Amino acid sequence: MRRLLVLMALLLAAALPARAAEDVVLDLSQDEVSISTNFDGSEILVYGAVKREDPIPEDSELDVVITVEGPFVPLTVYRKARVLGVWANTEAVEVDLAPSFYAIATSAPFEEVLSNVEDLRHHVSIPRAIRSVGAPVEVENAQVFTDAVIRIREAGGSYQLKEGSVSVREQTLFSARVQMPANLTEGTYRTRIFLTREGRVVGQLEREIAVRKIGLGRWLFNLAQGQPLIYGILAVVIALVAGWTASAVTQLLRS
Amino acid sequence: MQLYLPIAEVSVNLILLLGLGTLVGMLSGMFGVGGGFLITPLLFFMGIPPAVAVATGANQIVASSVSGVMAHLKRRTVDLRMGVVLLAGGLVGSGFGVWVFNILKEQGQVDLLVRLAYVIFLGVIGGLMFIESVRALRRSKSGGGTRKKRHSHVWVHGLPFKMRFRASGLYISAIPPLMVGAAVGVLAAIMGVGGGFIMVPAMIYLLGMPTKVVIGTSLFQIIFVTAFTTLLHAVTTQTVDIILAVALIVGGVLGAQVGAVIGSKLRAEQLRILLAGLVLAVCFKLALDLFLTPEELFVIAEAG
Repeated sequence: MRRLLVLMALLLAAALPARAAEDVVLDLSQDEVSISTNFDGSEILVYGAVKREDPIPEDSELDVVITVEGPFVPLTVYRKARVLGVWANTEAVEVDLAPSFYAIATSAPFEEVLSNVEDLRHHVSIPRAIRSVGAPVEVENAQVFTDAVIRIREAGGSYQLKEGSVSVREQTLFSARVQMPANLTEGTYRTRIFLTREGRVVGQLEREIAVRKIGLGRWLFNLAQGQPLIYGILAVVIALVAGWTASAVTQLLRS
Repeated sequence: MQLYLPIAEVSVNLILLLGLGTLVGMLSGMFGVGGGFLITPLLFFMGIPPAVAVATGANQIVASSVSGVMAHLKRRTVDLRMGVVLLAGGLVGSGFGVWVFNILKEQGQVDLLVRLAYVIFLGVIGGLMFIESVRALRRSKSGGGTRKKRHSHVWVHGLPFKMRFRASGLYISAIPPLMVGAAVGVLAAIMGVGGGFIMVPAMIYLLGMPTKVVIGTSLFQIIFVTAFTTLLHAVTTQTVDIILAVALIVGGVLGAQVGAVIGSKLRAEQLRILLAGLVLAVCFKLALDLFLTPEELFVIAEAG
């Protein structure tokens, strides 16, 4: 009897905050990415289920959008132009904040999954994720600079839009794999999941993935930042010893 | 086999890195150049940020130069006195160069100026060396009795503060070597190279040192200038990647020994013509990048 009461209370508690008709229950295959010295990229499996009180709405399809974003960093983008026959950086535009990594996975083509209004509100698509561009007045058409950031980073695999890569089963279970490239920056990676119907967001959840260097790499990085002089001396001493040892060994082998 | 570099924050192929180190080490042993003028652009191509490539390149050259200089010390082909004078100039020049580098970096023009500097210096020096060594080869083939006098009396020999450099067989003023050292120091800091490819011809043509001593002596000076540059970079911008450096060093120290053996078997003229060809090839590649329309007109630079 007591057990039954506890169970009922639990069920109630679970149901109460769920004012929204559909909620996300989520897990990640790993919520920590360790960058060791032989790190060669990583794959994260994002999977979960939709929790709902009411029966599955019949009039619309459930779609899922997953984003993973790296730390935001300010950038300077230069445009090259011919100066005296040589290609030189001429105009510069500061992009206030751009993620170092940004992946979007959707269950259907992006325009079908998320409306423009919702995209504006939640900053989901890649152009929306890059925060305002403070262009100097003399630069016309600063948009091409932001476009360039997207183009360059998409080509390098840092920005990815994978339409249809989220598989949704029975409008309830969903999963997606997100590829993290080898050139990851340390930091907290925000992961967002949006449940949408007809382009409107009906449910949303956020999780964080910690990307950290470990082992020797971490130690060296901290030393370089915290004790740069000692780090520099260490670098020089290693080089001196290595160079001397190598030549001593070859002398020995030769005689 | 991938290797993640903690400072550069990229992952690169270990075999490729080792191969690059070996190649550059061989050059170092053969010609007395640190090989920075090759290693720095090649690291760019592997996707390593330019600042890290420059600073770590300097670190690697320390090791390959030490390894190279040992072989030369054994053969007594290092003019230590000349090396110390060159070094005194080099440290001053390096400090000045890093200062200039940081100013240019703030204006986003460092990349262009580095490339321009490469094209101009490599072009002029490579061309001069090529012409000179072709002439020397012809002379030696046509009977070779009429070699040019080694000590032509130019303005360099009329300056005060004369010093005797016994190993080089010279009695000249300390001012020209100091200036050569300083100029090389500036270029070393700005271009991220040891500066041997500029110092070697300067020592031969400007100071009139015998080719035999030039390589060992320039290696000797390069050790200290690059060590100093490594320290400066580590302290001011934290861009020295020890893991990257060690990978390059392992390849490099082996290559240097091989190179020194090959170098001692080739004739001086052949050595110079090889180096001239190499310098011109790198110059040509860099010039192409400057003058041809790039595929991507935009460049991203991370602030801070």
